[in-house]
Amino acid sequence: MNGIADVIGQDPGWLSLVKGVLVFALCVVATLLTILAERKVVSWMQMRVGPNRTGWKGSLQSLADGVKLALKEDLIPKAADRIVFVIAPVISVTTCFMAFAVIPMTGKVKLFGHTTAMQLTDIPVGVLYVLAAASVGVYGIVLAGWSSGSTYPLLGGLRSSAQVISYEVAMGLSLVAVFIYSGSMSTSDIVNAQNKWWFAVTLFPSFIIYTISMVGETNRAPFDLAEAEGELVGGFHTEYSSLKFALFFLAEYVNMVAVSSLATTMFLGGYHAFPGLGFTEKWLGGWFTMIWYLVKVSLFLYLYIWLRGTLPRMRYDQFMKFGWKVLIPVSLFWILVVSTLRLMSQQHAGRGAVIGVAVGVVLVVFAASNLYESTKRRHAIEDKLGEVAAPKFPVPQIKKAGE
Amino acid sequence: MSELDKKLGTGIDKAQASNKPITDLSEGSFFKQLLGFWVTFKAQFKKPNTVQYPEERPDIHPRFHGRHQLNRYEDGLEKCVGCELCAWACPADAILVEGADNTDKERFSPGERYGKVYQINYLRCIFCGLCIEACPTRALTMTNEFELADTTRSKLIFEKEDLLAPLRQGMLQPPHPLANGATKDDYYKDRITGVNEVVKDA
Repeated sequence: MNGIADVIGQDPGWLSLVKGVLVFALCVVATLLTILAERKVVSWMQMRVGPNRTGWKGSLQSLADGVKLALKEDLIPKAADRIVFVIAPVISVTTCFMAFAVIPMTGKVKLFGHTTAMQLTDIPVGVLYVLAAASVGVYGIVLAGWSSGSTYPLLGGLRSSAQVISYEVAMGLSLVAVFIYSGSMSTSDIVNAQNKWWFAVTLFPSFIIYTISMVGETNRAPFDLAEAEGELVGGFHTEYSSLKFALFFLAEYVNMVAVSSLATTMFLGGYHAFPGLGFTEKWLGGWFTMIWYLVKVSLFLYLYIWLRGTLPRMRYDQFMKFGWKVLIPVSLFWILVVSTLRLMSQQHAGRGAVIGVAVGVVLVVFAASNLYESTKRRHAIEDKLGEVAAPKFPVPQIKKAGE
Repeated sequence: MSELDKKLGTGIDKAQASNKPITDLSEGSFFKQLLGFWVTFKAQFKKPNTVQYPEERPDIHPRFHGRHQLNRYEDGLEKCVGCELCAWACPADAILVEGADNTDKERFSPGERYGKVYQINYLRCIFCGLCIEACPTRALTMTNEFELADTTRSKLIFEKEDLLAPLRQGMLQPPHPLANGATKDDYYKDRITGVNEVVKDA
């Protein structure tokens, strides 16, 4: 229909290889720039300057850090399971890169005389593939925590795997609405389905849920419980050093770029220009679309950094409660609404009926939230008025004075 | 004063109120909490507080507690009388003083005794300044120098030579006798203006 899948399907093997290398390079460079940007922006938010010694205004700082990491001593603890210990970071980082294969970065462009698109492959279940890759990435964390042969990494690994899995559920559910409305799971089809309206606008609740769960999914502040220094030292990568640690670091940032790219693709119209600037998509032989893609991804990365500069870390139980008791039920309810409306419009229900259902849903939500609020208020008042009920479990007797 | 400030008042009330957990869960409160994002966003465009240290020197206040200095009288004689009060005052036990007698042939300070050995261990010193307060002759004072890092422990034990004030113009390297006709009182009352220069009527 849109032809992107056909165009990519006709790539010769060597061109796919070239694109693969380009995507890989993009990820690594994006990581370096994101680390630098993070350090700079967080510094500004704290009225500091940030790195400014290496290169022009500190621009080579993350490269220098990478070199330093590579030259450090590579320790493997005695209690570690050597093979798993080495494999874990590799799993972590490869799965992150894998997710990039289906991200569309440009429309149709010319590359070495071939008409193609900057997208490695376009599979009909592209988004599921991204989610699958992210799920496999959890193995990296679990295995790293387990194979270190030490307590803190184990706890950190368990924490972050529980976290990633929980938030993946919310993330997957938030994408369902997009699938329903675009009628496809292929990333390029989803981008094209947003020609008129971005899904961030039409499916706003999904967008919000996705944005929250992507932060939880990537173990980033304020959900960076896996690396809570005060509780768990470094979390699952406590025992890692040198290049293996660098791989985890790389994985974290590539993962951030990957979920931001997915957010761009799913909700912000992918490589398409901002509304009203559609004429720019023809510039540079179509390559200008990549700039739009990068701008949108940068917006998400900035959001990540902004969150980190603003919010304190959440407590683990609050975090889990938020994921399971708020995000997932809200997602489920929203999917119900979206699928009802979609089905009605597909079966040519009258406009009045669709609007009626939508208004009905809004009313129900308001009524429910009002009921919730008033119950909460009533409970609060009752708690204040009534005495604290005696606990039902046995408690030691308190001796009275003079006894 | 903002609306919130008015509600909280000032001083200790405000501090205590701001420490309380957020109990206001009304609709408005959620957006109030989101104001934090605006705070961090605004801060990005403010001037950083950072001082680019090695190139740009920070402002050091005149009474900053830096490295110590053993002062001299105007003719070069040392002010230290080897009384060890500084060492006794030191809460970190960083100072070692060994006094010795001045003789007419070898005179380092105006009085009876002088500090023969004077060491300050800057690995122990906490720069509290109690030694300065204890010193009866103002022999020991503190400079504004604060760059005291070094590579070995022994290098950070400063000897008397390291601590003594440099000989300024017109000073004479001790040991040398008192100024012509001057008594040690003239020294203590600051009547010495140079080698063999005493202002008696001051």
